[in-house]
Amino acid sequence: MATISVTLKVWRQKSRNDSGRFETYFAKDINTEMSFLEMLDVVNENLIREGKEPIAFEHDCREGICGSCGLYVNGRAHGPLKGTTICQVHMRSFKDGETIYVEPWRAKAFPIIKDLIVDRSAFDRIIQAGGFISVDTGSAVEANSIPIPKAIADLAFEAATCIGCGACVAACKNASAMLFVSAKVTHLALLPQGQAERYRRVIKMVEQMDAEGFGNCSNTGACEAECPKSISLTNIARLNREYLAARLVPRQYDN
Amino acid sequence: MSTIAKTAVFSTSIGKKLVMALTGIFLITFLIVHLSGNLLLLKGDNGEAFNAYARFMETSPLIRILELILAVGFLFHIVMGIRLALENRRARPIRYQVNKATENSTFYSRFMVWSGITVLFFLLLHLWNFFFQHRFLGLGAKETMYETVVRTFKEPIYSIVYIIAMVFLAFHLNHGFQSALQSSGLQINTNLGKRIKSIGMLFSIVICAGFTAIPLYFLIFT
Repeated sequence: MATISVTLKVWRQKSRNDSGRFETYFAKDINTEMSFLEMLDVVNENLIREGKEPIAFEHDCREGICGSCGLYVNGRAHGPLKGTTICQVHMRSFKDGETIYVEPWRAKAFPIIKDLIVDRSAFDRIIQAGGFISVDTGSAVEANSIPIPKAIADLAFEAATCIGCGACVAACKNASAMLFVSAKVTHLALLPQGQAERYRRVIKMVEQMDAEGFGNCSNTGACEAECPKSISLTNIARLNREYLAARLVPRQYDN
Repeated sequence: MSTIAKTAVFSTSIGKKLVMALTGIFLITFLIVHLSGNLLLLKGDNGEAFNAYARFMETSPLIRILELILAVGFLFHIVMGIRLALENRRARPIRYQVNKATENSTFYSRFMVWSGITVLFFLLLHLWNFFFQHRFLGLGAKETMYETVVRTFKEPIYSIVYIIAMVFLAFHLNHGFQSALQSSGLQINTNLGKRIKSIGMLFSIVICAGFTAIPLYFLIFT
């Protein structure tokens, strides 16, 4: 069983108002089959044993599907692997003796709560602004009663795989939330169920995105490259199109 | 006009990017016109054709109007570009200690503000040399535009500055071309998009090479 030892430079910040600083920790004899978060668990166990405050980081499923975890590891959102959340990155991706910088998502719209945990409720407010559909109550409709072309269903599904982790914001040099918003808008705008609020939705969600203080998209593609679900940049073009159509194309109705 | 929206469309992030895209595409069309006219300098006729072209540009009322539209286009592109860049900086008040941006994006895309500002400084110098002095300071009465070109490009310093600025312009165009189309809603990450990226890169090289050929020609052959 291979083991490695690494030096961690971890961002520690007591509270939202604390200025924060990097602290150095040594993780000795770490099993390379451990996930990055399990390595942090080991470090935290030692800190607790020493009577020190453990490193606060967010996590839930540890299967790469919930979107809770998110760390900026050695200059990359979710660490060095493509299409992977940090909970699914294992210590075999690091070298023995390596120094690993662990930082929280950095964005004005994601204020730090503690250490590596950021407040991502800006995403919740964007969803509340328009990321929903109206469905009649009662028994579920037969699944195939609304025909949806396979290609459309696939595109909507790919967009729907967004787990809302915020890596797109973290990786973007402008801290823009366009990939997240575009995935949510695409997911609903492509499907028949999403048509009722189609234009209202995109207008409201973009306005909320701007109000939260995210930056503007400059089409660098960093979001797509770092997204653990590999959400495509084509969604951002679609968001631009949906938004500009909603605002600039005259319609006889206003929904 | 939608009654849902609370913000004017060109005050939203997507609206502002559309302004950048549309003015950018407009400025690209200007570059094509500008280069095609300037290539007359390479005709080897001691500037006869180029001077005729310069006279037309100076006297035609249509060009006077287009000149104003062009100035407005530049102004919007520059002011909006700087405004967006400042907003983007504010969106991340605390920067990363370690950030490997080279792993996820191209140099050109991250360098847009700086390549833009470099081209802006060059633009001011360029306007002073070939526009203000002729139009407003009576240089036009003393020498033809061709003579001004020859005199200016004989200065190696100016020629070098000019060529460096054209390289920065190519950097700017390489990302700007595809970015403008993506901001307008055209998907750059598809097969069509890949072709658009190639066209953008080819275009930026052609513009850079075309404009660079002129000072090189005067440095080497005169």
